[in-house]
Formats: sequence, structure tokens, C-alpha cells
Amino acid sequence: MQLKFKDYDKMSNIVNYLRNYNGPAVKIMEVCGTHTMSIARSGIRTLLSEKIKLISGPGCPVCVTAINRIDEIFELAKRHDTIIATFGDMLKVPGSKAGFNLSMLKSQGANIQIVYSAMDALNLAMNNKENEIIFLGIGFETTAPGTAVAIKEAAVKCIENFSVFSMHKYVEPALRALIESDDFDIDGFLCPGHVSTILGIRGFEFLVEEYKIPSVITGFEAEDILVAIYKILNQITGDNPSIENEYLRIVSYEGNKLAQNMLNEVFYPDDDLWRGIGVINKSGMAIRNKYSKFDAVKKFNINLDFVDKSTACKCGEIIKGKIQPDECKLFAINCTPENPIGPCMVSSEGACAAFYKYLRF
Amino acid sequence: MDDIITLDYGSGGKKTSQLIDELILKNFNNSQLLKLMDGAILPIQGHIAFSTDSFVVAPYFFPGGDIGKLSVCGTVNDLLMCGAIPKYLSLSLIIEEGFKTNDLSKILLSIRNTAIECGVNVVTGDTKVVEKGKGDGIYINTAGIGVIETEHYGKDKIEEGDAVIITGFVGDHGIAVMSARNNFFVETDIISDCMPLINIAKIIFKYGTKVKIMRDPTRGGLATTLNEFVEDTDFSIELNEKEIPIRDNVHYACEILGIDPLYSANEGKIVIIAADEIKQQLLNDLKELEEGKNAAIIGKVTKNHKGLVVLKTPIGGSRILTKLTGAQLPRIC
Amino acid sequence: MCLAVPLRIVEVNGNDAIAEHDGVKMKIRVDFIKDVHIGDYVYVHAGFAINKLDEKLAKENLELFKEVADAAKIQGL
Repeated sequence: MQLKFKDYDKMSNIVNYLRNYNGPAVKIMEVCGTHTMSIARSGIRTLLSEKIKLISGPGCPVCVTAINRIDEIFELAKRHDTIIATFGDMLKVPGSKAGFNLSMLKSQGANIQIVYSAMDALNLAMNNKENEIIFLGIGFETTAPGTAVAIKEAAVKCIENFSVFSMHKYVEPALRALIESDDFDIDGFLCPGHVSTILGIRGFEFLVEEYKIPSVITGFEAEDILVAIYKILNQITGDNPSIENEYLRIVSYEGNKLAQNMLNEVFYPDDDLWRGIGVINKSGMAIRNKYSKFDAVKKFNINLDFVDKSTACKCGEIIKGKIQPDECKLFAINCTPENPIGPCMVSSEGACAAFYKYLRF
Repeated sequence: MDDIITLDYGSGGKKTSQLIDELILKNFNNSQLLKLMDGAILPIQGHIAFSTDSFVVAPYFFPGGDIGKLSVCGTVNDLLMCGAIPKYLSLSLIIEEGFKTNDLSKILLSIRNTAIECGVNVVTGDTKVVEKGKGDGIYINTAGIGVIETEHYGKDKIEEGDAVIITGFVGDHGIAVMSARNNFFVETDIISDCMPLINIAKIIFKYGTKVKIMRDPTRGGLATTLNEFVEDTDFSIELNEKEIPIRDNVHYACEILGIDPLYSANEGKIVIIAADEIKQQLLNDLKELEEGKNAAIIGKVTKNHKGLVVLKTPIGGSRILTKLTGAQLPRIC
Repeated sequence: MCLAVPLRIVEVNGNDAIAEHDGVKMKIRVDFIKDVHIGDYVYVHAGFAINKLDEKLAKENLELFKEVADAAKIQGL
């Protein structure tokens, strides 16, 4: 089976084209943190004509998690006999107090365990009956079905000491909010390949049908991204906005029905707060009443306020594509990967961290 | 001996003597240690290098090695990087109450075998036992003395045009230990590259001042070590990603966990900055050795990006490799 | 947003499976995959298979790289 989707020699043709591109100036937004990372790691930006700007949108789950929620997580972590089970991504995210994060709480004695899968968190609960296990549910439609399976299985097995703090989010409402904002000026979207695996091509058709924005669903090799940028440029210059699927190998029109069903069975869309963007209607995945025993928000009376705490940090503007990371006053001066102020610098896939690490010549 | 180490073995009394006699002296039978003085008196001529390192690796048995082997290799390799031939080691054990005597025997045997391989003697030591919960099984500190063979290595010797050479696959140790520590994988065949670098270093010594600096890229990995070479200088290092040797399984494990092998620790590799005119000959010599057969020239020293390490990617793009910031954490997003 | 890598299924037991590549073996769940068989390739994200990798489509994907590269060459002239 072909597993390596790399073809460096062929790519030079595309690279040459993109380097010499001299058409209208375009801004293309990627809305997946893993695309942001891949673009940064392969140095694609250094190969593009100045007429092509790549903007990192709200696709990093850590970066869009509101400060208020992070503060609530800290309170949960301080609870006696509680184990916080989390993906490694969340450990360094600061809340409202600069420099304070889960990693520091761990140093102070909080029990925080890094897991690779929601099932690992459920297993922790089964193996530590005397502890309360709270799983931090972050991520979009690709990750949330796994959380849903863990919740369902906890219900079937009557696991009393397991709950989920769902901060999972839907991609579509965020994209709509972005597009409908006053000063939206993105010319094309690189659509998230793995969310598309779940939602299918149809999940992104609204970009073209309702908003006429050129869009290409793509994978995560440098080759995938180069091909997708080329295709978006052709859509723009040919004035032919459409939704194209470059990620043929795993994205279908309908997507993964089993995963979609699992999502719908456990979660329902509720209003949610996005860091830097504010409240977006029906954009958060709340846990259905049927599974409320496993909803940490209800179990521990987590306060879900909807006020977006503002700081000098410009992460919100950055993930909306309004400014580039180096246009933030804090960037590389007060805010660095060693001492991050905003989540875009914390997460290694955050726009600022990627910009700082890979592009700052 | 009991099956487990109790606090009594650290009391300084009879049981301490038993531990020393039955487990330690059995493995390190040399005249200096056998005197059981408070310290070792050593005959050394010329300049020496002196280095120390502490080992707290968890788990203490990992694929490809254990804390014992690591504690010898770590200090021996540090001495070699100073241009010295290692001669003597101290060995300090901090054991957590309840540690299996059998595991301790295995670790000591491993120390013995590695020390023999490196030609060093353990000439002084210490043993402490701490209460349950106050250690992670076992911690080891070693210090070592080596006799200087060549004294000129330093980052101030680096010049434009010098070549960057790595003596083999990068990232193995960090990924092997991370895989063993967290149960992310059911199984991998990734093993630590933990080994003494004495044979490789002896070849490098032969090139005298044509080798400018060398270091074993342990914590922080290759990227961090190269940054240490050029930070605050007028030089930059430009690497060619395609040339950097990374094992397929290490590469894949890194892809799964979302981490970068260039920041993963090595315990059996050297990164060398050498004059351009000897790079090919040095590479050929390294490749003759089993432990150097995957050596590669991976980049060069330039003046294009003052103080930075820059990686040329396979599609022709560039990215900056900074020093490692904080621990690498597996991520899913 | 979501890292995922292709792995080959080597064991299946209900919704639990073991998947492997280059000697790296991990436990995964296959709740979202219909008719999963040993030897199938799946993309795995956070411990869950999110889709099968279809051999025919994989070839088409590489073919697409080639087509686009050729088109870019002509367009770039």
C-alpha cells in the first residue's frame, strides 16, 4: 500500500509556479492547526510569491479555548482526589494569570495525566476507583466522536467516577461567524482534511454555495498543501469558486456516517465562547441530558460565563486573520514560547508559535 | 541479602557493609576501590577533564539499556567530548526503600560491563537509601576523570564553510524512553542508542584541530545542540533535512505523537563541526565503525543567518530550528 | 486541529484493534469503521480510526499530484 505521499521532484513545478505568481494578491486561510504546523515545518511560506499570503485561522483547539474555561480547569485540578486527564496540548496553556498553567499545577501536586485517547481517560477511571477522573474534551469534529464513545461506554459500564468537560467545538459556525464579520477579506480556504474525513465534502459546500469562496479540502503533507494552494489560486484567477477535494485518499462526499451519528447521539450544539472571537451561536458541543451524569459541567457546577476576557494579547485578531503574529505588540518581546502570554504562542501549532519558530528570519 | 533494599542497608551498619561486599565490590574489583578509603588516590599525569552527571531516567530499564549503562555512558561521553580519554569514575547510588535487590544487581552488572567496555575503573562511591515515596526507584550520579588528549575544541574555532556531521540516526533514545514510560504504544522496536562513544571519539581526535567542536546531542536533541554552537556568534548553521538520518520507526512514532525527532534526546551520537577539507575522509573513517556506519554530512556553517540554525526542507523551503522550549509533549492536535 | 496517520490493522476484537506501521504498534478503536479486516489501512486520530485508506484512491491521489505538477509546469511557462 502506498503510504508516502511525497514527490519532491514533481513539486518543483508547483513551487516554481507559486514563487513566480504575479496575479492579484490573495489571502488564503488554513483553518486547521495541523495545517499551520505542516506549513511551518515544510517552510512553504518561504517559497511563495509575495502576492500569496497564508493566514492561520481558528483551527487550533487550544487557541480558541476561552481564558475563563482554562481558569475553571485549574479549579477542577485543585480538587482533592481528582485526576485531570488531558491531551498533552493543554498543559502549557495560561489562564487569566500569566505564566500559570496545568504543568505548574502538576508541580504543585495536582494529579494531571497525559492521555493519547479519550479511552485512556476512561481506563484511568476504571483503574482508579477512588479518584474522580475528569477528561478535558478539546478539539473539533475529528476528536469529539472519540470522546462520545468514551462517554457512551462509561454509561454502559456504569463508571461513576468519570466525566468530561466538553469544550469541543463545531467548525462550521466559526467559519460562518468569521465570513460574516465586517472586515472579512479572505480569498480562499484550505479546508481541514481530517474534519472533512468525518463531515465529508458536503460539510464544506456552504463555503461555495452560500459565500462563493474558493475552497480546497487537503491533506497534511507539504505536497498536499502545495497542490491545494495551486488549485485555490486557479479558482480565484479563473473566477470559478468551488469546493475541491485534494485529499482523495480518505475524504468522501458523505464523510464518516458512523462518527457523525456518534457525535449527534452524545452532543448537541449549544452557544459557546471562543477565545478572541466571542460567543458564537450553536458552536459548542454540549453533552446531552441523557449523559448528564458524565458531564463535568453539571457534576462539578462549572461556571460557564460568556464574557471574553480581553488582554493585550492579540490572539483573537490573529486567528481571525486580521493581523499577522508579528503585528501584535507582545510578539517576541513579552510573549515567547518560553514565556507565552496567549494560547497562539503556547500551542506548538498556534499561529504565533509557528511564526516564531519557523519564520522569524 | 534480602529481596528488597530496606532503610537498614543505608544505615551505615552491617547491612551497608553486606550491600557493598556482596553487590558492589563483586562488580568493581580494582585496587583503589578495594582499599575502601573515604576517597580514591589516583596517579595522573598531565591535564585532566572532570565531569559529573546525574541520572533519573524513568523507567530505569528501557529498550536498549538501563539507568546503569546510561550512567556510565553519560559521563564517559561527556569526558570524550572535552577531548579526554576517560579513566576513573565515581558511582553514587540513591535507592528508594523497597527497591528489588535483583534489579539492583542487574543495574550494577550493567555498570560493570559498560565500564569495562570503556576502559574506566569505578574507584570511589557512595550508597544512600531514602524512604519509600522519596525517590523514583533509583537515582545514580557518576563523576569522571579523563586525561586530555586534545585541548583545543571550542565554538570559537568554528569558521564559515565548516561541515556539520552527525555520526548516526537521531532521536532514538528520547522516543524509546517516552514510549516505554507512557503506554502510547503496545509495542515498538525502537531502542535507545545509549552507548559509549569512545571508538568514534578516538577517530575524531586523530583529526586534531581540523575538528572544531563536537558534542553528544542528549537532552534537547540535535537542534538544541547546534543552536548552542552558533548562538551569539556571527555564524549560522544550514542543515539539509533530506540528509539527516532518522530511522523509519522513530520518524513514524514522532508523526503519531506529534513531536519532532530533531529535539529528541540521543545517548550514542556525536555532532561534529569539522573543516570542509577533511569532511569526506572523516565521514569515510566514521562509516568504517559499526557505531558510525550511518554517519552523514548534514549541513554547513555559513554567515547567512547570524546566530541561527536553519533547516532546508525537502521541497526547498526553509525553517528556523530554535532551541527546545520546555519538554516535548505528545499532542493529538 | 487533528493529527492523523495511516496504520495497518493487525488484530481486531470487536471495536478494539491493534494497528501497526514500521514496527510501531498501538491499540486503537474502530467504532467508526464498517467491515474492518486485518490488513486494512486506517487513518488514526487520538486512538480512533477515522477512515479507511483506499488503495485505489491512494493511487489516484498520487496521480493528482502529478497532474497538478504538469499543469503548473505548462502554466508557469
